[in-house]
Amino acid sequence: MNRFLLPLGAFIVLVIFLWIGLTLNPREVPSPLINKVAPTFRLPQLHDSAKTIGPEDLRGKVWLLNVWSSWCVTCRQEHPLLVELGRQNLVPIYGLNYKDNRDDGLALLRNSGDPYVLSAYDREGNVGIDWGVYGVPETFVIDKSGLIRHKFIGALTPELIQKKLIPLVKELNGA
Amino acid sequence: MHSKLLFLVLLLLMPLAHADQAAITKDDPVLEKRVMDLSAHLRCLVCQNQTIADSNAELAVDLKNQVREKLRQGQSEQEILDYMVKRYGEFVLFSPLVKSTTWLLWFGPLLLLVVGLGVLFVILRQRRKMMQQAPALSADEHARAASLLSGKGGEGHS
Repeated sequence: MNRFLLPLGAFIVLVIFLWIGLTLNPREVPSPLINKVAPTFRLPQLHDSAKTIGPEDLRGKVWLLNVWSSWCVTCRQEHPLLVELGRQNLVPIYGLNYKDNRDDGLALLRNSGDPYVLSAYDREGNVGIDWGVYGVPETFVIDKSGLIRHKFIGALTPELIQKKLIPLVKELNGA
Repeated sequence: MHSKLLFLVLLLLMPLAHADQAAITKDDPVLEKRVMDLSAHLRCLVCQNQTIADSNAELAVDLKNQVREKLRQGQSEQEILDYMVKRYGEFVLFSPLVKSTTWLLWFGPLLLLVVGLGVLFVILRQRRKMMQQAPALSADEHARAASLLSGKGGEGHS
């Protein structure tokens, strides 16, 4: 009896490990930038290339940085949710237009609505790399002191917004 | 005839299609080798089982350009690796760092080998002991065993 017990036990442990492995999402690489100062940049604005924007301009408020692009299909799916969130005036959303063509980006905002207070225009994607972006869309939550507090990888969902994003923003605004 | 000629011309033009790409690499083969060597240590986060040296995903190309740019600025290999880790986390390193949380990963196989050898050794020793402890046969029993083996049968049996 004993000689079966040991292999069976080992097998069950193996199954449990594999089971846990199946529930993990390898695409979600935790960002090392969480609770660190948001990397600085100075980029031209999407709507007006003569003006610039950088994280320093937003010190003192809680804000979102949504990395998006007109060629990114998932961003288009996410877009209506952002427009809706923008209407609620809970938190200012800033866009990082990532490796896009300026005209294409502007056209998307004209046609589908513009949830952003402003969009920064990152033609080369260098700021994206600086922020550890490896897939669009990504959404960062930045607090009043300029620290990145959370990063949503992939499209936001109504559930994520209600259960995670809004409570977090409220908490950061209260603090 | 015309189409054959056209084909020939196009064939001759083919290397030109790659001329642009090659020009960048041939520009500075030493630098390019360093870029590729370093890129082989960085994981492509879009295609996670490839290094950015192996990958042509857009992000991988961008990261290679960053590596090239930083090497050109005179940054060391280690500085660039640190830069990447700071932004993308340790996962970006293709071979994990050796530290307390990864000891099992690095030395687990060796541990299994050692345990396996240990188990084998113990079992072999037990077996040898059992052989030694096997009861010795008396002269009578030897004779009976020999006759059984030779096929003549024992006394009591036929």
